[in-house]
Amino acid sequence: MNPRTLPYWLLAPALVFLCVFFLYPFSLVAWQAIATDEGVLTTQYLQRMASHWKFDRALTNTLLLTAAVVPIQLSLALLMATMVSKMNRGRDVVLYIWTIPLGISDLAAGLIWLAIFDQTGFLNSALFGLGMIEQPVTFLGYQNKTTIFVAVMLAEIWRATAIMLVILVAGIGLIPKEYNEAAEVFGAGRWKRFTKVTLPLLKPSLQTALVLRVILAFEVFAVVSALGGTNLPVLMGEVYDWQFKLQDSHIAASYALLILAISIAFTLLIMGLLRTPKGAQTT
Amino acid sequence: MKPFLKTTLAALFTAGLWSGSTSAQELLFWSKQAKPVEEAQAMRDKVLSGFEGDVDFQPNDSGPWLTRLQAETAAGSGKIAVLGALHGDFTTIADDLVDLSDIDLGDTAMNATFMALGMLGTDEQKYLPWMQATYVMAANKKALEHLPEGADVMALSYDQLIAWSKTMAEKTGSPKFGFPAGPKGLKHRFFQGYLYPSYTNSMVTKFASAEAETAWTVFKDLWAVTNPGSTGYSAMQEQLLSEEVWVAFDHTARLAGAFNERPDDFIAFPAPAGPTGRGFMPVVAGVAIPKTAPDMEGAKALVAYMTNPSTQIETLKATSFFPVVDVELPADMPPAVQTSGAAIAAMSGAADANPGLLPVGLGDLGGQFNQVYVDAFERIVLGGEDVRAVLDNQAEELRRIMNEANAPCWAPDAASEGPCPVE
Repeated sequence: MNPRTLPYWLLAPALVFLCVFFLYPFSLVAWQAIATDEGVLTTQYLQRMASHWKFDRALTNTLLLTAAVVPIQLSLALLMATMVSKMNRGRDVVLYIWTIPLGISDLAAGLIWLAIFDQTGFLNSALFGLGMIEQPVTFLGYQNKTTIFVAVMLAEIWRATAIMLVILVAGIGLIPKEYNEAAEVFGAGRWKRFTKVTLPLLKPSLQTALVLRVILAFEVFAVVSALGGTNLPVLMGEVYDWQFKLQDSHIAASYALLILAISIAFTLLIMGLLRTPKGAQTT
Repeated sequence: MKPFLKTTLAALFTAGLWSGSTSAQELLFWSKQAKPVEEAQAMRDKVLSGFEGDVDFQPNDSGPWLTRLQAETAAGSGKIAVLGALHGDFTTIADDLVDLSDIDLGDTAMNATFMALGMLGTDEQKYLPWMQATYVMAANKKALEHLPEGADVMALSYDQLIAWSKTMAEKTGSPKFGFPAGPKGLKHRFFQGYLYPSYTNSMVTKFASAEAETAWTVFKDLWAVTNPGSTGYSAMQEQLLSEEVWVAFDHTARLAGAFNERPDDFIAFPAPAGPTGRGFMPVVAGVAIPKTAPDMEGAKALVAYMTNPSTQIETLKATSFFPVVDVELPADMPPAVQTSGAAIAAMSGAADANPGLLPVGLGDLGGQFNQVYVDAFERIVLGGEDVRAVLDNQAEELRRIMNEANAPCWAPDAASEGPCPVE
């Protein structure tokens, strides 16, 4: 086979797969959001979505959750990745343990935290056992939206920090030791080396980690559904409700399109902010 | 050894053929009702075993139930012989159903209102009434001593219910009224068939009226003395049995567990009354035959069999759904049947009874229709938003749904030409 065309042949199956199972269904969804069943172009579905009373709340909650969760996860993942890369023994074991939540489905993760915060959950039993409360507290009731928000935050941080960690650990491993050593020779302290050497060289990995994590954050659903039910509407939950509970796929498609638009916007933003100038690339 | 093997194989083979041939004659009863395992088994063992032919009773969730039916209709041929579902399910598929008016019901005296419902607005008998249920109130007997003075538990008003719940909360230290407001709870039926008819004599038209404003204000008062855990309740029998609540509203099938398990501890009683009567929602299930049924004779015989008085009593025992024909209930019925039967009779027979039917003609907009009431509840009662503003906003949504479905009014709203108006 011609070595020049070979890469294209090797890529073809994946390309076909993506076209058939992603691009094609996606174009159908996009069409549903902007056209009636008769095929007439319309903005009525987008308007109905935007004027629905839950829309603002779902959008705000999703953005707030992302804003609250992702920075914490980023700092945690950086801290953990630096710690892991400094370890000489037992590195793999620690890494495996830290990435266990990654192997758990997000609904299961939500249920684990539900078992903690529930009215008959571990937290209530513990507080009761310690004599701090006289009767079970409804942490996740409709009266305590802040508690629900915090519980979802905790569950998301617990569940999804590992995906950033894995990417950052790989990224740190790629940074040549010479840069750090040179900085050390010139008298740079630990913090200075971290901010002036490691972080800039880690940009490509940070980019990937952030893009992945932020997109996933906009799609948050199962954890919220398990812990908050209808008390904490989020965009993805609205997609599900409109599609299956209210059986209006036009509105569901509109929400899906909106999530995609936000995801693309934030991806471009992150890529732009963390761009590595051509001349500074190490490889 | 060899001849033995041969005979065995031959026997197995013929057995396979034989069972294959009988399953072809078996009538497939494709039901949306009697889904819980025990109910389905009782349907097979007690109800359908008396039928002359073989019946394969298959209960399903609404999704698969409709999908298979639609697939068979689209294909023009199918295996389903008889359909069992709620009135509202049949409204969307009326065109695919056989006219049943030529079925001879013998001496059976069928409820005339339900027979008329079964015509689905056409001049054909699209389904035969099969069984009925409704929602009632249940109370632990311990709660009765806290009843307001002069109140008759069999004829309560909403104000008395609130006063009662308030006394219980004060005397016991925690709210003892429970309401199925969880994600799987049937709260929307309470607003549609109980609260609205009782205060506005309407379900749709007066959705945002001044009377409706009063209704929601009254419900907020009730909610103030309702167990806050209610937002997690789905079938109230659980909380009644655990005594987390003493008084509750729910579907009879979702209370039956409590009545059957501890018959001496609980009573059932009619829903309360408001200024425009005692609103209540009867739920009617029917049996129908799709046009694609393979064995029309057999299917019609099975449908007729389901309406026999003796079958109706067995069905009641199996599913806790009540007969739709005139029958004398035997004394050996399960406690749940006796308890709720009395409450249903008192409720539907009350002088101020004001039935609000299940939504009709909404098709797949039924979910959105229910959501209007659920959203109103979440915003007004849970979210504390302004009643007037929420009702006006939700009324827009309701108007759009009624227009899109082009659904005329149903009781208690007066019949309309064209879609039911929302004032």
